[in-house]
Amino acid sequence: MSAIVFAHHSMTPAERLRDAGWVAFVGLVLGIPLIGLTTVDVGGRLAVDTRFGLLAVFVAAAFSGRLALRWALDRLRTRKLARDRTSTATAADRARGAQRAVNLLGWIALGAAVALPIFYSDNRYVVDTATTVLIYVMLGWGLNVVVGLAGLLDLGYVAFYAVGAYAYALLSTQFGWSFWEALPVAGAIAAGFGILLGYPILRLRGDYLAIVTLGFGEIIRVILVNWTELSGGPNGIGSIPRPSFFGLEFARRAPEGEQTFAGFFGLEFSAMHRIIFLYYLILVLALLTHVFVSRLRKLPVGRAWEALREDEIACKAMGMNTTHIKLSAFAIGAMLGGFAGVFFAARQGFISPESFTFTESAIILAIVVLGGMGSQMGVVLAATLLVLIPEFGRNFAEYRMLLFGMAMVLIMVWKPGGLLAHREPTLRLKPLDTAARGREGAR
Amino acid sequence: MTTLLSVRNLTMRFGGLTAIDDLSLEVPAGRITGIIGPNGAGKTTLFNCLTGFYKPTFGTLRLAHPRRGEIRLEALASHRVARDAQVVRTFQNIRLFPKMTVLENLIVAQHNVLQRASRFSLAGLLGLPGYRRAERHAIERAAMWLERLKLEALADHAAGDLPYGIQRRIEIARALCVEPVLLCLDEPAAGLNPRESAELNELLLYLCRELGMTILLIEHDMSVVMNVSDHIGVINYGRKIAEGPPDKVKHDPHVIKAYLGEDDEVGEIEGVAP
Repeated sequence: MSAIVFAHHSMTPAERLRDAGWVAFVGLVLGIPLIGLTTVDVGGRLAVDTRFGLLAVFVAAAFSGRLALRWALDRLRTRKLARDRTSTATAADRARGAQRAVNLLGWIALGAAVALPIFYSDNRYVVDTATTVLIYVMLGWGLNVVVGLAGLLDLGYVAFYAVGAYAYALLSTQFGWSFWEALPVAGAIAAGFGILLGYPILRLRGDYLAIVTLGFGEIIRVILVNWTELSGGPNGIGSIPRPSFFGLEFARRAPEGEQTFAGFFGLEFSAMHRIIFLYYLILVLALLTHVFVSRLRKLPVGRAWEALREDEIACKAMGMNTTHIKLSAFAIGAMLGGFAGVFFAARQGFISPESFTFTESAIILAIVVLGGMGSQMGVVLAATLLVLIPEFGRNFAEYRMLLFGMAMVLIMVWKPGGLLAHREPTLRLKPLDTAARGREGAR
Repeated sequence: MTTLLSVRNLTMRFGGLTAIDDLSLEVPAGRITGIIGPNGAGKTTLFNCLTGFYKPTFGTLRLAHPRRGEIRLEALASHRVARDAQVVRTFQNIRLFPKMTVLENLIVAQHNVLQRASRFSLAGLLGLPGYRRAERHAIERAAMWLERLKLEALADHAAGDLPYGIQRRIEIARALCVEPVLLCLDEPAAGLNPRESAELNELLLYLCRELGMTILLIEHDMSVVMNVSDHIGVINYGRKIAEGPPDKVKHDPHVIKAYLGEDDEVGEIEGVAP
């Protein structure tokens, strides 16, 4: 069977040439107006000039590029087929291998995350970017509950991020609450908004659900822009208090009767202290989120979310109250988004509706989808990529977003199920290790 | 012979279309009741009314629950029919949770018990012993049904990757994990090969005779219906046209007419089984 498939896919040299010829022809047709003709300024008037030499170079590049690409793809496929044919690995072996790789990757990522500020303790840019990555990781993990696990497409997730940020900004500037006091309350408020959004869309699915959640995200933003008395309108809210280290401020001089962080530990004051503290703070918050979501996934409620994603009608037939399951997914996802929002407000010190546009929702959703729906480690990978690609792309100036889009298209072509599409079961009848040992014993 | 479910004057209209028209039917406890009828006769609509997916236009569905007394099924939402009345169904076009493993499918079926034990996930998050015990029990129950249905070797495979005939068995195993008082199977033999459908016969007889389960069965495969049913109801155009033991139904002139049309010479309905 595999030989037939293999024969079907491998191309003869003539076919390869014809294939490349077609690509070159399409390139030529498109290239005549795009490259071949150009406007020039001749004494204040426009005239058309031709650049057929350049066009020929482009067409030749398309031709040879296509040849090389086909050749490389065929080679890759042949190798993969050969490997599949010779490999004796069973599904269980592969699952164990995948799981091990993901675990290893997780520990390496954690080690790197903890060590990063030590190596870059004087590089504010690196630590700041890493903090941004971690905010997106946390948002991705929150949205993963709603989209990845429960399968409810939410295009307005940024609303909960905004609710958390504004809740902290208002509680701290108006009522003088500290970061740690406001964190759980803001999370609860965001969860409340999650339930508020959840109720009207209980009966919706797919496209309709996406439209309503998109609308909800916009409504929150528009309210923030227009309700000037509460939110400061487009001017936002400024001078939001920064979180303190157990009551020790990160400041050059402490207010009367208090101590600064640097003073308490006998360090020279440095602006980097707060940056690094914020980094570790979001790292801890993100790790707590990870532990929380991973444990929930293995509990009845987590399995119910996944079952809901797989088949809602079957859920009902099993006696599950899908209303509760959906609302719990929205509430938990919103709460995590709210926590991230609190941190965002505390880090920036200033927030305005501009930080909570639809683009943010789209990026968070892209992180979840690109990472592989429901995969915790995938979110980390995708968040890192999506934050770092535009950062590295800064050198490319106006081509930055082009690069970003190209990277996303390439990833989806290469891995349509996301970077890490492997799903680890929440429980097993036979643990993988004993299953493997039993088989080896039988050999 | 006690009656477990009694359907009285059930009527279901969709706009101008009457899918079920004044249907009355008794389902005896501890027996297998077959429902047959030509395509579009209203069999699946009956199931949907029974399991809360449709609200009947008219009529009553009384379940004599062995522990909870009489329950009126027509008043319950679909998830409560399964949870409170323990009337559990399978689907004509299999509805498993395809990406989850077979074991997970069976554990999800025990969601309500486990969710209560996890105390809104708090006891579960903390890993308290009460929840751990409940989870172990759930796995044991799932393992028991997997073993009885000869599925234990596939427990950790994704349900959607398995062959069709096996998916049918998994769906029945999953329904059994809800501890049904009445098990409703919607065409369980559809798409099975002759050997698989013989195995299905065996399974249904085992569930009924050995475990005393009450089964309501919609089926087109006459080799299944005629061999396992104790009692058969025939529906055509939403009306019951015959009811009784298989031998009597098989020779009923109304049934033959419904399946073969009028003025037909053939006297047995086995011939029309698809």
